[in-house]
Amino acid sequence: MSSFLTQEVPLSWYLLLSAALFSLGVVGFLIKRNLITVFMSIELMLNGVNLSFVTFAHQWHAVKGQIFVFFVMMVAAAEAAVGLAIIIAVFRARATLAVDRIDLMKL
Amino acid sequence: MTILQFLLWSLLKVAVVTVVMLLGVAYTVLLERKLVGRIQNRWGPSRVGPFGLLQPLVDGAKSFLKEDIIPTGVYRPLYLIAPMIALGCALISIAVVPFGEPVSVAGSPHLFQIADVNIGLLVILGVTSIGVYGIALAGWSSNNKYSLLGALRSSAQMVSYELALGLSLVGVVLRAGTFNLRLIVEQQSAQGMLSWNLFGGMQFVAFFIYLMAAYAETNRSPFDLPEAESELTGGYHTEYSSMKFAMFFMAEYANMITVGCVATLLFLGGWTSPFGDLIPPPQNIFVHSLFPIFWFVLKVFSFLFLYVWVRGTLPRFRYDQLMNFGWRWLMPLAILNIVATSLWLAYAKN
Amino acid sequence: MHLIFFIVFAGFCLAGAINLLLQSHPINSALSLIVVMTSLAVLYLLLGAEFLAIAQVIVYAGAIMVLFTFVVMLLNAGREDRTLGSRAALRIGFPAAVAILALIATVILHAQGLGVARLSDGITTTEELSAVLFTKLLLPFEVTSVLILIAIRGAVALASHDGSKAERTGDR
Repeated sequence: MSSFLTQEVPLSWYLLLSAALFSLGVVGFLIKRNLITVFMSIELMLNGVNLSFVTFAHQWHAVKGQIFVFFVMMVAAAEAAVGLAIIIAVFRARATLAVDRIDLMKL
Repeated sequence: MTILQFLLWSLLKVAVVTVVMLLGVAYTVLLERKLVGRIQNRWGPSRVGPFGLLQPLVDGAKSFLKEDIIPTGVYRPLYLIAPMIALGCALISIAVVPFGEPVSVAGSPHLFQIADVNIGLLVILGVTSIGVYGIALAGWSSNNKYSLLGALRSSAQMVSYELALGLSLVGVVLRAGTFNLRLIVEQQSAQGMLSWNLFGGMQFVAFFIYLMAAYAETNRSPFDLPEAESELTGGYHTEYSSMKFAMFFMAEYANMITVGCVATLLFLGGWTSPFGDLIPPPQNIFVHSLFPIFWFVLKVFSFLFLYVWVRGTLPRFRYDQLMNFGWRWLMPLAILNIVATSLWLAYAKN
Repeated sequence: MHLIFFIVFAGFCLAGAINLLLQSHPINSALSLIVVMTSLAVLYLLLGAEFLAIAQVIVYAGAIMVLFTFVVMLLNAGREDRTLGSRAALRIGFPAAVAILALIATVILHAQGLGVARLSDGITTTEELSAVLFTKLLLPFEVTSVLILIAIRGAVALASHDGSKAERTGDR
C-alpha cells in the first residue's frame, strides 16, 4: 500500500479527458435539435475547459489557474440565468423548442 | 496508521453514526408527535410501550408492510431514484460533523468525526444543494399536476433560502478564518458560554437568520406550504406510498438533525461545555470523552425542541409571502451581517 | 489508487457526456450532465483543488443544473423529433467529434514537459486561493460581481410578463 499516495497519473490523460469533453460539447452544440440541449452542450464545453485549467494549475503550481476556473464558473452561472430566461421568452413566443422551427426571425 | 486501519475505523464509525442517526430520526418523529400533542392539549402517542417510546418501531414495521403502489404513467427511473437521492443526501452530510473532542486512537485521527476536511462547512452546503433534486425529480416523475406544482414550489423555496443560509454562515467563517468544523468549534472553547459565536462572537442576528432559513430549507412549519395536506394534497410526495414515502419522511427529519448539528457547531459552541473551565473535567479518560458528546446531543436536542415548538405554534406562510421574505428581507439582512462582522473584525484588529 | 479513481470518474464523465448526446428527452440529458459535473468535482479533488471541487458541486451541480431542470420541467418540451436535418447532423456530427478530438489529442501527446499527478502532491487550501483572489485579482472579482448583478437584472426583465399578455401576476 505504499504506492497509495505516490502512484502517478500522467497529466496528459487529464488533458485528453478535457479535450474529449470539449469535442463532445462542440458536437452536441451542432447536432442537437432541442434548444435546451444545445445550451447544455455549451455548459459541457465550459466544464471541459475548466478541467484543463485545473490540470495546468497543478502542473505549474499556479493558483491563478484555479482562480480563472472560479471566474469561468461565475460567468457560466450568469450566462445560464440569462440564457434560460431567453429560452423561456422564446418558448412563450413560438410555443416550441425545436431549433429547426425557431431559425427565422419572422414567422 | 496504515490505510487499512484507517478504512476499518472509518467503516466502523460510519456504521455507528448511521445507526444512531436513523434511531435519532425515528425518535425525532416521536418527539414531534408528543410535543405537538402536548401543545394542542392532548397526549401524543402513549399506548405503545411506556410513554409511547416503542411507537417508532411500530411505525417502521407499518411502513415496511404497507402495499407499495406505483401509479401507471410515472417516469419509473426517476420515480424510484428520487427518494434515494433525498435520503442519501440527508444522511451524507453528517459525515463531516464532529460530535466530540478530537480524540485519536491507533487507526483514526479523530474518533468522533468521520471525515475531517478543510472545507467541511461547504460540503454540508453542497450536499444540501444536491438534495433539492430528490424533491424536484419526485414531483416531476409523478405524472400529477399537484405533485409538479408542489415540487417546483418546494425546490424554488429551498434554492432561495439556501442563499440566506449560506450567507448567514459567512459571519462565523470570517471570525474563525476557516471552513473546518472542528477548528470553528475549537475557537469557541475559550471561556465556556461567553465565547460561543452566539454570545461572545456577536452572531445573534446571523443565528436568527440561520434559524429561519433552516426552517425554510427543510420545508418545515411555518414554511411548509409545498407539502401541507390541506394545500396541495401532499405536494411532491402525493404519489408515493410505504417505503418510498417513509424515505422522504426520514429525509426531512434527517435534514432537521443535520441543520441542528450545524447550528450547534457554528453558533452554540459544538461540544464545549457552557461552564467552560469552572467545572474541572473528570480524570477518567472514558468519562472525559463522553461529556462533550453529552453537551453536543443536549444542544441538538434543544434545537429540535425549538423546531417542533415553532411548528406547533405558528401558522404557515403563503407562498408569495415566503419568497418575499427570503429574497427581500433575509438575504439583505445576511449581507448586512457580513458587512457589520467585517467592520467589527477590522476594528478589533487595530 | 489514484489511477483507479481517475479511470472510474473519467469513465463517468465520458459516459455522461455521450449519454447527453444520445438521449432524446432533455431531462435525461440534464441528468447526464449532472453526473458529468459531479465526476468532474471528484477529478478536481484528485488534482488538489478542494475549494473548486466543492464550488463545482454547489454552483454547477447544485444551482445551474437545478435551473436547467426547472426549465425542462416547466416548459415540458418533450422529446426531439427525428427530422431529416437531425439525421444528417448525426451522420456528420460524430465523425466531426472524432476529428476534433484527434486534432487536440495530437497536440497534447506531442507536448513536452507535462508532469504527473500524485495524491501526495498536496491540496491547494482556500487560504492560498483567497490570498491571490482578494489582493492581486481584486478588480476582476469586483467586476464579476457587477456582471452577476447585470445578469440578475436581465433575467428578471426577460422573465417578467409584458403588458400584451392576458394575465398578469400580482407582482407589484
